[in-house]
Amino acid sequence: MHTVLEAKHINKYFKKPVLFHVLKDINFTIKKGEFASIMGKSGCGKSTLLYILSTMDTDYEGELFLNNELITGQDRQHLSYLRNKHIGFVFQFHYLLSEFTVLENVMLPARKLAEKSAQEIEHDAMQKLKMLNIDHLAKKRALQVSGGEKQRIAIARALINNPSIIMGDEPTGNLDSYNAENVFNIFKQLSSEEGLSLLVVTHDEDFANKTDRIIQMGDGKIIT
Amino acid sequence: MTNWKVILSIAKTHLLTKIKQTSTAALGVTFGIGSYITLVCFMTGLNNMLDNLILNQTPHVHIYNEIEPSAKQPISLYDDLSESFNVVHSIKPKLSQKKIHNALPIIKHLEANENVYGALPQIKTQIFYIAGSIEIGGNLTGINPLDEAKFFNMADYIVEGSAKALHNTDNGILLGIGIAKKMSLKVGDRVQISPINGGIFPLKIVGFYQSGIADLDAIQSFANIKTVQRILGKAQNYITDINVKLYDIEKSIPLSKQIEKQFKLTAIDIKTANAQFETGTTIRNLITYAVSITLLIVAGFGIYNILNMLIYEKMNDIAILKATGFSGKDVQLIFMSQAMIIGFVGGVLGLLIGFGLANLIGTIPFQTEALPTVETYPINMNPYFFIIGFTFAMLSTFLAGYLPSKKAKKIDPVKIIRGQ
Ligand SMILES: Nc1ncnc2c1ncn2[C@@H]1O[C@H](COP(=O)(O)OP(=O)(O)O)[C@@H](O)[C@H]1O
Ligand SMILES: [Mg+2]
Repeated sequence: MHTVLEAKHINKYFKKPVLFHVLKDINFTIKKGEFASIMGKSGCGKSTLLYILSTMDTDYEGELFLNNELITGQDRQHLSYLRNKHIGFVFQFHYLLSEFTVLENVMLPARKLAEKSAQEIEHDAMQKLKMLNIDHLAKKRALQVSGGEKQRIAIARALINNPSIIMGDEPTGNLDSYNAENVFNIFKQLSSEEGLSLLVVTHDEDFANKTDRIIQMGDGKIIT
Repeated sequence: MTNWKVILSIAKTHLLTKIKQTSTAALGVTFGIGSYITLVCFMTGLNNMLDNLILNQTPHVHIYNEIEPSAKQPISLYDDLSESFNVVHSIKPKLSQKKIHNALPIIKHLEANENVYGALPQIKTQIFYIAGSIEIGGNLTGINPLDEAKFFNMADYIVEGSAKALHNTDNGILLGIGIAKKMSLKVGDRVQISPINGGIFPLKIVGFYQSGIADLDAIQSFANIKTVQRILGKAQNYITDINVKLYDIEKSIPLSKQIEKQFKLTAIDIKTANAQFETGTTIRNLITYAVSITLLIVAGFGIYNILNMLIYEKMNDIAILKATGFSGKDVQLIFMSQAMIIGFVGGVLGLLIGFGLANLIGTIPFQTEALPTVETYPINMNPYFFIIGFTFAMLSTFLAGYLPSKKAKKIDPVKIIRGQ
C-alpha cells in the first residue's frame, strides 16, 4: 500500500503572545485507504497539526510529503492547487458559501480545478449528493438546510475532486449522535469501498474506536 | 492558468446578492462620469463658442501703419550737437498717411508664405451717417466681402442680406444693426454717408451686420473696397490694413515679428491682442476637470468602502475558498472583478446619462444678442471625452478595488477558521 501523507519531524512554534512550542517532533504516515483518527485533550495541538497537514499553514519546521512529493517549501500557488486536487477538508462548523446553492457549493472546487466540463462537474456533484442522500437539496440555498445536512454537503464538496485524503477537524463535534453516526458511516464507507484515506480529529471515543487507527496526542507530541 | 469563469461567476453572485450596495457603488460612478461628460461637453462647447467668437473674426496677424512720433528727431541728425544733451519738448507725430505703402505687393508676398491661409486688404475710415438733420459718427470698412466670408466667417455675423449681395452691389453698404435701429432703416433703403474730408454719398443697404458687441454694431459698417476708395477719393492701391489668417495660430508671433522688421509696419499677433482670452479658457477647463475629478474621487471612496465592507462580511467565504483550493490571487481577482464590474456598469451608465444630458442641454434655447447665429446652448460632443470618462471610471474603480482586494488576498484562512 503506498503512502498518501507523511509527516517528518514536524515542529511548530507560536511566537505570540509568548514563544510556545505547540507541536513537538511529529512523525507519522497515512496509507492509502487508511481511516485514522487523532485524539487528545483540548489545546494539545490537533487543529494546529491539521492546518499544517492541509497545507494552509506553512509556518512550521520539518517535512511534509503528499503522495511521496515533498510539499514543504512549495509556493502558495502550487499549494492551493494541491489542496484543490488532493485534499478534502471538513470543518467542525459547516463552512458553506451561504449565497450559493447546495449544488454550486459542491461544484466550486471542481470548477476551480477545471479538469472537467461543466456538465461532467454537475453530474459528478449530483452523484456525490446522491451518495450522501441529500440530492433533493441540490437547488436549495446553503443557508436553508439543517446542520447534519450541511455537514454532508461539506463532505460532498470535499469529495468532488476525488482527493487523495480527506481531513476533518471534529466534523461530528457539532452534531447530535444520530447525525454523528451518519457521518461516521459515510467516512467508513468511503474508506472501505472507495479506498479513500481519512484523517479525522475527534473527541468522540466511540467514533475513534471504530476507525482503523487512533493517533493519540498529548502536549504537542504523538503518544501512540 | 487563471480560471476566469469561476472567478467571474463568484463575483457575479456576490454582486447580485448584495445588489443594494452594488447599485449604490455603481451609481456613485455613474454620477461622477455622468457629470463629467455633461460638464465637459457643455463647458468645452461654451469655450469653443467663445473662442470662435474671437478667433474667427480676429485676424491672426493684423498689419497697419501706426501713427507715432519718430524715434529719431531731426536734432540727432545735426552733427554739431551730437555730443550734447538734447531735450525736445512737445514731440508730435509726423503727419503721415495711414496708407500702407505697397500694400498689394505685400499681400502677394504674404500669400506666397506657406503658413498663410489668407491675407485680406481692408480700408478703415471714419464717416458720418446722415439722416435728415442728424449726423452719427461711425466707421466704414472697405472689404472684399467674399474673402471675408471665406476666411473670417463674416457670414455668421450678417443677420440680413449676405456677403454676396454686398459683393454684387457697387454702392452697397452692410450696415451695423445698431445704426439701422437708431435710424429706422430697412434692407433696400438708402443711407447717406459723409467722409471726414467732405462730400455726401448715398449707399444702398444690402444687409445688416451684428457682431454681438453692441458698441461696435452702433458704429461699424462695411462696403466694398472700391466703394470706399471712391468715397475717399483715393487710388486703387489705397489700403490701410492687412488681415492675415494662418493655418497654425502658433505661428502668429514669429510672423508678426518678421513682418514688422521687413516692412517697418505695425503687426499685432492674435496672442498678444487676446492674451487674457486664453487664461479664461484654461480656467474654465480647470474648473471642469477639478469638479469631475472630485466627483470621481468621491465615487471611488464609495467603492472602496463598499468593497471593504463586503470583504469584511465575506471573511468566512474567503477562508472557505482558500481552504478548498482557491489561491490568494484568485480571491483577489474575485474582488477586483467586482470592483471592475461596478466601474464598468457605472461608467457605461454614466456615459449614457452624460450623453443624454449633454444632448438635452444642446436643445435648450440660448438666444443672445451677442451671438446672432447661436440658437441653443453649444455642446461639444467629442468622442475623446467619452474615452477619457470611461478610462477614468475603470481607473478609479481599479484603484478603489485594489487595496481591499489586496487585503482579501492576504487573509489567512487558518486565522478565520480558528476564530469560529
Ligand atoms: N494563533 C495562535 N497563537 C498562539 N497560540 C495559539 C494560536 N492558535 C492556537 N494556539 C494555542 O496552541 C495550542 C493548540 O491549539 P489547537 O491546535 O487549536 O488545539 P486543539 O485543536 O488540540 O484543541 C493551544 O494552547 C492554543 O491556545
Ligand atoms: Mg481544535
